[in-house]
Amino acid sequence: MSFDLVANVVVAGVLTGLVYGLMALGLSVIFGVVRVVNFAHGEMMTIAMYAATVLFASLGLDPFLCILPAALAFFLFGYVLQAGLINPFITRPEHSQFMLLVAVAIIMVNALLMIFGPSARSIQVDYQLESFEIGKILVDKARLFAALAAVVTAGLLFSFFKFSLIGKAIRACADNHLGALVVGLDVKKLYALTFGLGSVCVAVAGCAMVLLVDVTPPLGPAYTLLAFVIVIVGGLGSMPGALLGGVLIGVSEALAGLLIAPSAKSMFSFGLLILILLLRPQGLLGKNP
Amino acid sequence: MAGNYALSVVTLILYFAYTGQAWNVMMGFAGQLSLGHSLYVGVGAYAAGGLFFHYGIGPWAGLPLAILFCVALGLIIGFLAFRFGISGVYFALLTIAFAEFTRIGFDHLDWLGGPGGMFLKVAQRDTWDILNFRGPPLMYYYAMLFLCGAALALCSWLLKSKAGYYWQAIRENEEAAQALGINTFRWKMLAVAISSAMTAVSGVFFAFYYNNLFPEQIFHISRSIEIILGPIIGGIGTLFGPILGAAVLTLLSDGITDGLAALGWEIPGIKQVFYGVVLLAVIMFLPNGIWPPIARKLKL
Amino acid sequence: MDRRTFNRNIAVAGAAAAFSPFGIVRAQSQKLKVGVILPRSGYLGFIGQSCQKGADLAPGVIKEMLGVDIELMNADFESNVDTARTRAERLIQEGANVLVGPFDSGAAAAIAQVAEQRGVPFVINIAAAPQITEQGYKYVFRNFQTAGDIVRNGLDLIGELFQATNTVPRTAVYMHVNDTFGQAMTKGIGALLPRRTQLPFKIVDTISYDPAAKDLTVEVSKAKASNADFLLLVCRLNDAIILRREMVKQRWNPMGIISPGSPGMYEEQYYKTLGKLSEYSISNVPWYNPAAKLTKIVEKAFLKQNPKDRLEFHGLNAGFTFEAILVAADAFRRAKSTDPKVLADAIRQTNITEKMTLGGPIKFNEKGQVEGIGSACVQNRNLLPTVVLPTGAATAKPVFPMPGYKKA
Repeated sequence: MSFDLVANVVVAGVLTGLVYGLMALGLSVIFGVVRVVNFAHGEMMTIAMYAATVLFASLGLDPFLCILPAALAFFLFGYVLQAGLINPFITRPEHSQFMLLVAVAIIMVNALLMIFGPSARSIQVDYQLESFEIGKILVDKARLFAALAAVVTAGLLFSFFKFSLIGKAIRACADNHLGALVVGLDVKKLYALTFGLGSVCVAVAGCAMVLLVDVTPPLGPAYTLLAFVIVIVGGLGSMPGALLGGVLIGVSEALAGLLIAPSAKSMFSFGLLILILLLRPQGLLGKNP
Repeated sequence: MAGNYALSVVTLILYFAYTGQAWNVMMGFAGQLSLGHSLYVGVGAYAAGGLFFHYGIGPWAGLPLAILFCVALGLIIGFLAFRFGISGVYFALLTIAFAEFTRIGFDHLDWLGGPGGMFLKVAQRDTWDILNFRGPPLMYYYAMLFLCGAALALCSWLLKSKAGYYWQAIRENEEAAQALGINTFRWKMLAVAISSAMTAVSGVFFAFYYNNLFPEQIFHISRSIEIILGPIIGGIGTLFGPILGAAVLTLLSDGITDGLAALGWEIPGIKQVFYGVVLLAVIMFLPNGIWPPIARKLKL
Repeated sequence: MDRRTFNRNIAVAGAAAAFSPFGIVRAQSQKLKVGVILPRSGYLGFIGQSCQKGADLAPGVIKEMLGVDIELMNADFESNVDTARTRAERLIQEGANVLVGPFDSGAAAAIAQVAEQRGVPFVINIAAAPQITEQGYKYVFRNFQTAGDIVRNGLDLIGELFQATNTVPRTAVYMHVNDTFGQAMTKGIGALLPRRTQLPFKIVDTISYDPAAKDLTVEVSKAKASNADFLLLVCRLNDAIILRREMVKQRWNPMGIISPGSPGMYEEQYYKTLGKLSEYSISNVPWYNPAAKLTKIVEKAFLKQNPKDRLEFHGLNAGFTFEAILVAADAFRRAKSTDPKVLADAIRQTNITEKMTLGGPIKFNEKGQVEGIGSACVQNRNLLPTVVLPTGAATAKPVFPMPGYKKA
């Protein structure tokens, strides 16, 4: 096993992991604040990916240019989804929330199937199959750009939450629901806002992911599961945790695939999830409950 | 011949009613959301199936082995979860992780067929051979009918027993229950054990009814979701909820297929969209399931 | 035809039977109801629809060839094994005399159970798992190669390929999907390759991967690091596309990509998505004979129904689906009855020499399996699947190594 091989694989793992991390970031924000188990998360990203292919096919827009319109559209979509459908379920038992979003997910996946058919769709841009050569390491161009987009978006979100007034209000809601109400914050609107922001992450992640992966309707559920694994490993409610979790999963899967059997690499992620749940349920960077 | 299709549909309904009832013990009675119940069906099926495939030992010996494995697994998961204080959505994710881990694991277990699957030989399909659990579809129907009835009786008895009261207390407010001196750990473990044992029987039935086992199918998360749809739609924690839910869902699925065919709307995916919309409607407007309002109407 | 029309027809036929002086409707004016069960939606949807094209043109062609009337009852099992079981039950319930399908081994196993239980003949168009015809079934027939046959033919064709192009690759890296099909093929290769001493290559590394995986970076990295001369690949469609792209990204240009017998690289989607990159990939698969008389007839009917399409893209799928229905119709013609047991016995006596797929006549052995089905070496040329071997059926000469081959 040469160093080059391991290095190449690890680099690819890190870059892919960052994009996964962005997707998980959206989930972390939603789960951390609104406390809703969004089991339609992966499906939402699938919709974003399809949106990017449609924009590319009709307007020739490079996926990175699609980010802005997609983000806007998804913000509205997330806002409305939360305010309209999900809000009454916040106080309901977990299994009800879960089933609600499973039903939403089923509708999403199959509506996509109806509209787009079962065959895979992809984007073909020029730089997609090119790579940068840094010494003996080949860095996939598309992957690098996607990872950069993920990091920038995460950074923007992070500064929003840390420095803006609304961001602070949302964090207050998450930390202390009752206190927030007492202080007079419009919790319902803040929840919807948060869901909207989480959806923006999903939109950006989708636009980035569509360069790396062909989209088919049943892609959603696998990503939902992956997002949950990352969020739990990285730490609920911690934004750097989501990115760290993503990178960790990306790299560990890559290494597991290299050293053991590639077909068993998901086993590794689930094993890691079980360990974290047992030994450190708040995740690596999460706050102690 | 005409009745055979209807028979297979009813057998399927009863299968989901029974398995849903088994899951209901863990969720509805003890309040623990398991989203990885396909684990027990699969392990039960492979335990009995493997015994038959490799050693020719029939299902009646496979049954206790299947139950043993499933209860052991359930207790391990329960122990890990409850001792470490994992509950709610974290517990659900833990169960998913175990099921997925097992699915991929079995995909690499060539001794049990691996991804190529395990095919059980069927000796005959004409006469009722209860010892080897081989016979016409009618036999399987009666077997499932019996299991459903037994599950109903068992759950009814459990609900009225001490266990039932403790479970209710734990479900409503675990901390208060603990404060009252109830050993919540022990009673939750009991629920998990009973639930996994009952589901193991489902697995054994599955193995000898369908006669081919593939890890990708039997451990898949969509199976786990299928199992819980019935109880949730019918009514969690109720006795008749799982049965009613399973019946409604299966008939709904068939009905939608027929309706769409009659309308000529044969677009792939449209059936599941309808299905999802109905699910959504039930969840939104009948959050406790279909059975409670009906029970109220019937003054039960 | 939908259920209502179908039920009406049953009533009319029933009335005719009741009033006919002999109490038996004359057999040749009867129709054979063929239940066609395919995955027209779900992850196999694309391939199921491809198979359906072969079914749709069957009634017309068969009426001309054999003078029998067949009626298709189409069912979609949505790429889900349980649905396959219930749809099969339902087709039988609605009066199907014979079942044809399903492309997938898992579904085939499920439907076989139902067919055997209900005593209705089931002619498998495409499914490679060997166990299906090892269960002692009396009503299940398969006109397709088992995984073992596919491997054997595939390896032989590889030998022919090297001879025809005067090349002697010494090493190969073997990548395969980890599912039912991949596993069966791997077993076959493990058993047969060591005995094929005339083949010059050894497998230096075996890499199995999840067919649903979207990211195959690690797998391709490993394969590239093996420094093998060529890639031996057992794949499906989407993963084949991902692999090919990843190979370009990682700048890995082996002598060629050869599949000893798996779907994917000859499917229309592969060409559409990869364009030029799809060129020169090789699949050794059961295929139709471009020069056969029946092929020309089927192609004409195909183009009439699908004017914007080409038979080449659906050669395997449509060809074998058509032949399965042909088997049923031929048996019906000889049996002069739609009674399932009589039909099954008639199918057992099948001996069709005028066929469109490569290989010997369609004749079922005592396990219900056809032996001697041929394979072709199909190479992607000019964005079309092109038969390059055996020379008798070839329409072009094979190209190996592919241009762009860089010794590592």
